Amino acid sequence: MSEKCLQLQLQQSGLIPLEVELTVKQGEIMVLLGPSGSGKTTILRSISGLYKPSSGQIICNGNTWFNQKEQINISTQQRSVGFLFQHYALFPHLTAKQNIGIALGHIEKTYRSDRAQQLMDMVHMQGLEHRFPHQLSGGQQQRIALARALARDPDVLLLDEPFSAVDHQTRIKLIRELAQLRDQLKMPIIHVTHDLNEARRIADKICVIHHGKTLQVNTPDNIMSGPLTKEVASLIGHYNIFTGSIEKHDQALHKTYLKWLNYSLETPYQPDLEIGKEVDWVIPTENIILHRRDRPSKGERENPVHGIIEEFIPLGETTSVSIKVNGNEQYLSLSVPTHVARRNGLDKGGDISVSLLCERIHLMEKSV
Amino acid sequence: MDWQALQISLWLGFWTAGLLIPLGIIVARTLAWHRFFGRNIIQTLVALPLILPPTVLGFYLLTAFGNRSWLGQNYESLFGEPLVFSFHGLVFASIIFNIPFAVQPIQRAFESISASIREAAWCSGLSNWQTFWKIELPLAWPGIFSALILTFAHTLGEFGVVLMIGGNIEGETKTIAISIYDRVQAFDNESAGIMSSLLLLISFIAITCIYSLNDRLDKRHV
Repeated sequence: MSEKCLQLQLQQSGLIPLEVELTVKQGEIMVLLGPSGSGKTTILRSISGLYKPSSGQIICNGNTWFNQKEQINISTQQRSVGFLFQHYALFPHLTAKQNIGIALGHIEKTYRSDRAQQLMDMVHMQGLEHRFPHQLSGGQQQRIALARALARDPDVLLLDEPFSAVDHQTRIKLIRELAQLRDQLKMPIIHVTHDLNEARRIADKICVIHHGKTLQVNTPDNIMSGPLTKEVASLIGHYNIFTGSIEKHDQALHKTYLKWLNYSLETPYQPDLEIGKEVDWVIPTENIILHRRDRPSKGERENPVHGIIEEFIPLGETTSVSIKVNGNEQYLSLSVPTHVARRNGLDKGGDISVSLLCERIHLMEKSV
Repeated sequence: MDWQALQISLWLGFWTAGLLIPLGIIVARTLAWHRFFGRNIIQTLVALPLILPPTVLGFYLLTAFGNRSWLGQNYESLFGEPLVFSFHGLVFASIIFNIPFAVQPIQRAFESISASIREAAWCSGLSNWQTFWKIELPLAWPGIFSALILTFAHTLGEFGVVLMIGGNIEGETKTIAISIYDRVQAFDNESAGIMSSLLLLISFIAITCIYSLNDRLDKRHV
């Protein structure tokens, strides 16, 4: 248990169910991703000791913070956590610098002012030391809250939707700043969000959560390309999630064939899947390729699917297209550059043909 | 102008506010942040003096403080003088009569401090006691100040309860409000007028103080 990391296992039933298993290493940013009400904040509150789950354990750097069986539940003050609250919770009667200074109780009084100033500088807030929270913009308040959370040199840093209360531009800027800052941060960092793009941008690992349960933990790329279940796929924003069955394996061609509607789709070779077995499968929208009307190409032989355009929504540079697959009530979503859509004369109600990239079809255990 | 009565009133206001405010902070903070069985009963008891006629309250206090009661007997054996018709009895009664004026503003003030502010304090390493001193108390200060002024001003103007519990003893329990009544009874309208305008002025200044302070402090929370 000498390795410095945060480990937690939490179980709870009832109104706020929890089934959490998570390990976060030093310097690693773990993003808890899930919809509102999925229990993300409860997990942060449990780590910080503001909430007591009914069972489980929390160990940080080998120290037990919480263990239901051994009746250990040390106080928030003793846990050394840096907590950045969703709405920052700055102390309104204290200046920016005092807000940071008040969290420096662990160091000698004479050094506190210098240390608070260092932290102010670190979050690019020099010159605003004497402002009160209400005199600061949302982004500035967030920076002070971050500096305050870091002031204790905490063993773990918890960020609860830190970018949700600022406008889009500020958010991009703050995310960039956090990315720059992270090299200096040596503790495990847990970042809660429901925003997939934010998660992909800053996470070393993403932990997908729903109804208080950790469903999958992996790097952003691995999660995006290989969700474990239909539920995870849907939570990370996949639209094209379907059910099919294994038709055959072709060792020579190194392909597994998937029966879906009246199509036989080529997918990556996975001989361990039983013939006839029902599976869920997913394909990211960017891996559905439009067939050009003017110039048919070789690639069109790869999993061609035909249908009628059910929905056609131009969104600036790209256009979102939803296809009703011929003869079925199944819908495929894809996104095409708007100029391509225009050149091919795509519009609602028109015919369309697409190819599903074989290598990008991901098969999953069928969910119950 | 009855200077002695004014002095008694000011001392009564001082002791009432001084003893009631710390007590009020404890009760108000408990009511603001804890949900427990009987909380509404306590809130009702706190608000009751607002509604009850002072004579009703005075009657019950007289019974409770009288020398046949447990409190009255014990007090008399301890201090050698009765609780009723004494300055001490007046302070006791005044504290009870002023509970809503002290507790309610402070309770509202504590209620307006969001839970995450306190949690942020704990996460910053502040003990519960430090959180109380450095965070809660400064934030609840406008409410506490209102309570202080209200209690003080209200004590100066108290009449019914004072008359029931204290009687009208010169130099002991005769407050300025009673003195005004006395003067009017004696057709000395001039003295009554001077004292009335003094009370009016004090009340006016007190309420203005509360409003302007709250205005100033409110700006912090915008």
